[in-house]
Amino acid sequence: MEWILMTTPGATPFGVAIMATGVAVTAKLSSEHDHDHEHQAVPSDFALRVKALESLLVEKGLVDPAALDALIDTYEHKVGPHNGARVVARAWVDPAYKRRLLADGTNAITEFGYGGQQGEHMVVVENVPKVHNLVVCTLCSCYPWSVLGLPPVWYKSAPYRSRAVIDPRGVLREFGLELPKDVEVRVWDSTAELRYLVLPERPAGSENLTEDELAALVTRDAMVGVAKVALPRSES
Amino acid sequence: MGGMQDMGPVRWEKNEPVFHTPWEGRSFALRLAAGAWRKWNIDASRHQMELIAPADYLRMSYYERWIEGLTELLVKTGLVTREEMDSGKPAPGSPKATPPLTADKVPAVLRAGRPASRDVAVAPRFKAGQRVRARNIHPTGHTRLPRYARGKFGTIHLDHGVYVFPDSNAHFLGEKPQHVYSVRFTARELWGEQAPPHDSVYVDMWDDYLEPA
Repeated sequence: MEWILMTTPGATPFGVAIMATGVAVTAKLSSEHDHDHEHQAVPSDFALRVKALESLLVEKGLVDPAALDALIDTYEHKVGPHNGARVVARAWVDPAYKRRLLADGTNAITEFGYGGQQGEHMVVVENVPKVHNLVVCTLCSCYPWSVLGLPPVWYKSAPYRSRAVIDPRGVLREFGLELPKDVEVRVWDSTAELRYLVLPERPAGSENLTEDELAALVTRDAMVGVAKVALPRSES
Repeated sequence: MGGMQDMGPVRWEKNEPVFHTPWEGRSFALRLAAGAWRKWNIDASRHQMELIAPADYLRMSYYERWIEGLTELLVKTGLVTREEMDSGKPAPGSPKATPPLTADKVPAVLRAGRPASRDVAVAPRFKAGQRVRARNIHPTGHTRLPRYARGKFGTIHLDHGVYVFPDSNAHFLGEKPQHVYSVRFTARELWGEQAPPHDSVYVDMWDDYLEPA
């Protein structure tokens, strides 16, 4: 697992967050977790707690373990950013679809059979040369599961949640995206049950690509708004 | 925590897996499967995690918070007793339930989701283009009015329609369906003159969060 630490010059060292309550806390990486490696003799506290809870709930007949397996399988293998990529590619090649998508995201996305859990109310926001959109949930981690799958750790992290609204350009810079001053940045804070999907700009030079080839270019990061869609280097 | 500073840089992982350990996946699934009992709603489950002490909240990983919140909800709603939770064993003689969410039902349940919109005739108080102010309120219970926007002036971008109101729903005090608006706040309104002149933040706000400006 490769960690990439992106820092901006002059940024405060990660490790201290002063809470509104005035209590100084040491903020460990909010995504830190224990790996259940084979060589580890003792499972982590978290692993034990989850095992115990599952065992209790199964014994009480409150949950079906096969249902748990099905839920995990759905989000590991079936529902993911490839869904959103297909929506984006269709919008790029079909102007009528794009109009429907921007007017009523939920129904246009339903045309692909995507929807339901954490995608019941979709809004699609379009990037154009002078407008760049970025999506966040400052209050927790709301995210459009139906088209992007489950959110990455960074999206749910304190740094992203706190800074996306106040310093979106700084956050984008940490992802390697520098926006000119004359581009308007719109940050969408997912405070209600509306879920936001960014329709990225179609990259220049992609005119001869098929819809499937276009979909293969569209990344999760571009659909959250922390990246643009680029052609593979050999083609640009 | 929108607008809080000194949380550090955003760290991201290349090719991050959906679940880093099997326990993350189990946590995720447990919360959804237990939620199928409909003993709580999404607003109550969010609120439960907000009750985690700030120092613990920041220290814990995402799914640790889920398990913490789920544990409390299970006990609060009576699905599990505190003694059973502590011992890890069902109370002697307690009946075995039948899980509402079985494997065969998972696709249909996920497809249906849980829409928060409500088909009720409620008059909107505001219309697109109107200038508004987010109320300077500080509810002690659950709210989805971010601290950074309270008291700030914005413009109604559009009306999303009628939705369940989380502030009441989280505490099982009724759905109080009302209009939700996308409200545009300029970056300078929120953060001062040092903010870029053309940037903005769009926040979804319920009718009860707003007053005319």
